[in-house]
Amino acid sequence: MINKHVADVKEALKGVSNGMTLMLGGFGLCGIPENAISELVYMDVKELTCISNNAGVDDFGLGLLLQKHQIKKMISSYVGENDEFERQMLSGELDVELIPQGTLAERCRAAQAGFPAIYTPAGYGTEVAEGKETREFDGKMYVLEKAFKADFSFVKAWKGDAAGNLIFKGTARNFNPNMCGAATITVAEVEELVPVGALDPNQIHIPGIFVQRIFQGKDYEKRIEKRTLRQKS
Amino acid sequence: MLDKNGIAKRIAKEVQNGYYVNLGIGIPTLVANFVRDDIEVEFQSENGVLGMGPFPFEGEEDADLINAGKQTITTLDGASFFDSATSFSMIRGQHVHLTILGAMEVAENGDIANWKIPGYMVKGMGGAMDLVASAENIIVAMMHTNKKGDSKLLKRCSLPLTGVACVKKIVTNLAVLEVTKDGFKLLERAPGISVETIQQATEGYLIVEGVVPEMKL
Repeated sequence: MINKHVADVKEALKGVSNGMTLMLGGFGLCGIPENAISELVYMDVKELTCISNNAGVDDFGLGLLLQKHQIKKMISSYVGENDEFERQMLSGELDVELIPQGTLAERCRAAQAGFPAIYTPAGYGTEVAEGKETREFDGKMYVLEKAFKADFSFVKAWKGDAAGNLIFKGTARNFNPNMCGAATITVAEVEELVPVGALDPNQIHIPGIFVQRIFQGKDYEKRIEKRTLRQKS
Repeated sequence: MLDKNGIAKRIAKEVQNGYYVNLGIGIPTLVANFVRDDIEVEFQSENGVLGMGPFPFEGEEDADLINAGKQTITTLDGASFFDSATSFSMIRGQHVHLTILGAMEVAENGDIANWKIPGYMVKGMGGAMDLVASAENIIVAMMHTNKKGDSKLLKRCSLPLTGVACVKKIVTNLAVLEVTKDGFKLLERAPGISVETIQQATEGYLIVEGVVPEMKL
């Protein structure tokens, strides 16, 4: 067993510096690496490029980094629900690259899997494809999209062990597995760090080879963005 | 004229036995409430769940279980969770049979715009570009006109496109229309709505053949 366990979030984020490109898992506020985000705010690293499907809300998730103007560029698919984000984007303070959600996932996966680029039909004929190579396969047009290059990838899992093996829960899985091994260093924070051998190898979602550092996260808020309920009839 | 639930009710009739269906945010989400219960259908949400169930009862909500609109949900027996790349493999690989989504504008050639109003509103495309570029069957659910009363069924979209020549069918508060190579073909009228009213509300080319039936809901 190769031990990936680090003591805490501080050790896990060692080496993060100004101007880096970071991947952050999560969909909305579901499955975001809360501990890593808090530490990035504390470290006050700036000029970051963040690859993340969303940008959090005003006072939680990546919204916390936006408030402190730590982000230079966001690469996302959907950025509603965040007024400060919209303000910084429309005023030009923040550089924003909006890309289709499936393309975002696949550009992560391509980086993880060693593909330099992939062809996708998404965005063909729209401004997303402007300046990009396009090609026809069997009568349909596709856009060439490059694999991401990132320095750190921050993911959040439900359970994990010191070998770096990860299991996700519910829809908190989302982009997290696709970002594992897609950056130079993948940092996984888990709700429950279990002893090595406790996880059934059949049930592991991400093998530890894709993870460089793992730590037991703490104080998870797991905020619900839109609590929607059914009435008891 | 139909309300949002009426539009959803009419679209629900397009959902067939054995379909995997992706529902967009807004009116499309309501479609799930009206699908016949004697057919087997599974709803896919692109954030990573197949076999989505209704909203939870109070106290049963789970922060780790949401739909693409970020609302809390439940799952049904037989449901599964997966990562985002797998989710879009289902979509891009045409394993999802039907996509129902909203739009700001649809053009008579099937172009759709629904993600950006330059200089004013930029929320992003989310999964919409992947969905419209890949789905075999795309139905748009929307109001026939915008808040200012201008037609949303146009000759050409004025807003940045989400996808080109991809919409197959449109269900609005006034009508059901099919996108053909010659323009919008009027298939059905909403209850009490005349062909003239639909014509006036449609900027794109409207094809009217014979007697246009009223929708059955």
